[in-house]
Amino acid sequence: MSDNEKTPPDHPPDAPEKPAGAAPDAAPAGGEAPKAAPTDEEKAAKIAAAKAKAAAAKAAKEAAPEEPKQPWETKPVTPEHEDASADPDVAALAAAVDGSVLAADRFAGDVTVTVPAAKIVDICRALKTGRGFKFLVDLTAIDWREREQGRFDVVYWMHRFDDSKRIRLLAALPAECSIASVTGVWRTANWLEREVYDMFGIHFEGHPALERILTWEGFNGHPLRKDFPVEGIDTGAAIYPDVYPPGGGPLRPEELEQPEPKADGKGES
Amino acid sequence: MTDQRLPSLFDVEEMELSFGPQHPATHGVLRVQLRLDGEKIVDAKPIIGYLHRGTEKLFETMPFPQCIPHTDRMDYVAAATNNQGFCVAMEKLLGITIPPRAAYIRMMLAELQRLASHLVWLATHAIDIGAITPFFYTFRERDAILDLFEEYCGARLTLNTMKIGGVPFDLPAGWVERCSALVDAFPAHIDEYEELLTNNRIWKKRTIGIGVVAPEDAIDWGLTGPPLRGSGVRWDIRKVFPYDRYDEIDFEIPIGVNGDTYDRYLVRMVEMRQSVRILRQCLDRLPAGPVIAKIPKVLRARDGMVYGSVEAPKGELGYFIVTTDKATEPYRCRVRPPSFVNLQLLPDMVRGHLVADLVAVIGTLDIVLGEIDR
Repeated sequence: MSDNEKTPPDHPPDAPEKPAGAAPDAAPAGGEAPKAAPTDEEKAAKIAAAKAKAAAAKAAKEAAPEEPKQPWETKPVTPEHEDASADPDVAALAAAVDGSVLAADRFAGDVTVTVPAAKIVDICRALKTGRGFKFLVDLTAIDWREREQGRFDVVYWMHRFDDSKRIRLLAALPAECSIASVTGVWRTANWLEREVYDMFGIHFEGHPALERILTWEGFNGHPLRKDFPVEGIDTGAAIYPDVYPPGGGPLRPEELEQPEPKADGKGES
Repeated sequence: MTDQRLPSLFDVEEMELSFGPQHPATHGVLRVQLRLDGEKIVDAKPIIGYLHRGTEKLFETMPFPQCIPHTDRMDYVAAATNNQGFCVAMEKLLGITIPPRAAYIRMMLAELQRLASHLVWLATHAIDIGAITPFFYTFRERDAILDLFEEYCGARLTLNTMKIGGVPFDLPAGWVERCSALVDAFPAHIDEYEELLTNNRIWKKRTIGIGVVAPEDAIDWGLTGPPLRGSGVRWDIRKVFPYDRYDEIDFEIPIGVNGDTYDRYLVRMVEMRQSVRILRQCLDRLPAGPVIAKIPKVLRARDGMVYGSVEAPKGELGYFIVTTDKATEPYRCRVRPPSFVNLQLLPDMVRGHLVADLVAVIGTLDIVLGEIDR
């Protein structure tokens, strides 16, 4: 019974979207009522009363001249992807470096430009010197494991002080997992690239000292790759290179070669 | 006639010294591999990662709201701003506008947290250099701030006190009055600390001209927060990309002139006064209304990538969140830790200085290893 009584008050928060017919049609959610009605008349009466009450409240709500809803009282509006090739910086970049803009997208106010990985240093330099993006805020990578043409995106996120504009570059790596270092453009890229190397195994050519930074030398595998297990690996990786080969997560059990003795062992012992 | 067996006084070998990871002045588990010529630093190489817990990896496995407690554990002396950063980024991704009361509560928590974090910085920085007394004063006030946190959310350090779309609860009865009393008393406390240090001859001798960073270098090395402002770059996320309701608040951004340790000290002291000013305005204008926006029970994002950032006490703390369509958890969540980027400059700042100055420079960068290693 309590279930049935609860239903009407639960509905109004969703209802304002479709206001029509609320007042005359007192049972929009009437589907549940017949279930309980035959067994207990009182129950049915109570339900009817509750419904009428809810309908009255709804009607009163609608009758009152409502103020426009505040943005936090309505459902959030998910941002849309828009084309951003008209953005002055994107246009300038396209003009400065040939074939540099593969796609330009604006989402939630962030401009993302997809660029060819082969020209990344030219592009970054053009943006820094030509467009004033003097500040590299962040450099990271994304592992799209399922993607066929190269699984990694390297992400550059830069800032311009004059008008506080930010722009993001997305460089999709070809299969070989290597990209030119931008440490010559912004020195801050040094540790950021080391971290990406450590976490994703992406090689940055021309980096002054590309070493692991958060894990230690001899650690096998790159933790933020999608095929690296969340629960971690045996940290004796350096001791068991056959189980934890360099450059990737550990082999899955079916990939591991079965130890020899079991097959031949019977005959010998 | 000289004794051939003794080496010349001026022909000493360089010495290697491992500073940390178990050293009280490294503020955690930072290890600096030093090459010394006598007591002079020839080169320094920070070695980090002792506290790496794979937080970014963990984010990929849990629904959006469950990520928030994990953000607490990064910069563990400023948990509220970590929560705020994640929530701001998520709200940008989902298109949520938070109610004004929630925004004001968040700003108050964030500014209280900034005060608490700066107090820890001041205490440890001063104690590293040799001034022990400020520690007792700053921790007295910090405790009062943590009491306010405890009263609000039950925790003192790992607060987990913000939700995507607002804050979990309204302020308890009497909280505003108690916070108000603290805020009123605070400028006098800052005066106390300043009295101990600002014109102290030893303090000045240990900090002026140490670890100088030119503004161009600061930008090129990606410094943010007080280290960037100490070099004279007027830049603060709260002003540049106002989140919550910082655009309604009147405050100033202090900057330094010389970019040395003393200037960064002064910048942080003025920042504390500005935080008090922000708190005063928030308390006076605290609007009524709900504390959380109307959001769906299960948060689903569409495919996209956003970067949302806040001005944490240490600098710009950003969250870069990548989602696939209809996802309930991040596909990738990158944290842009201010301490990590700021620490990069350490070798350049200490080269040519004495070992004792290394301690001052580590203190002035205000690093937290939980955030560096994540």
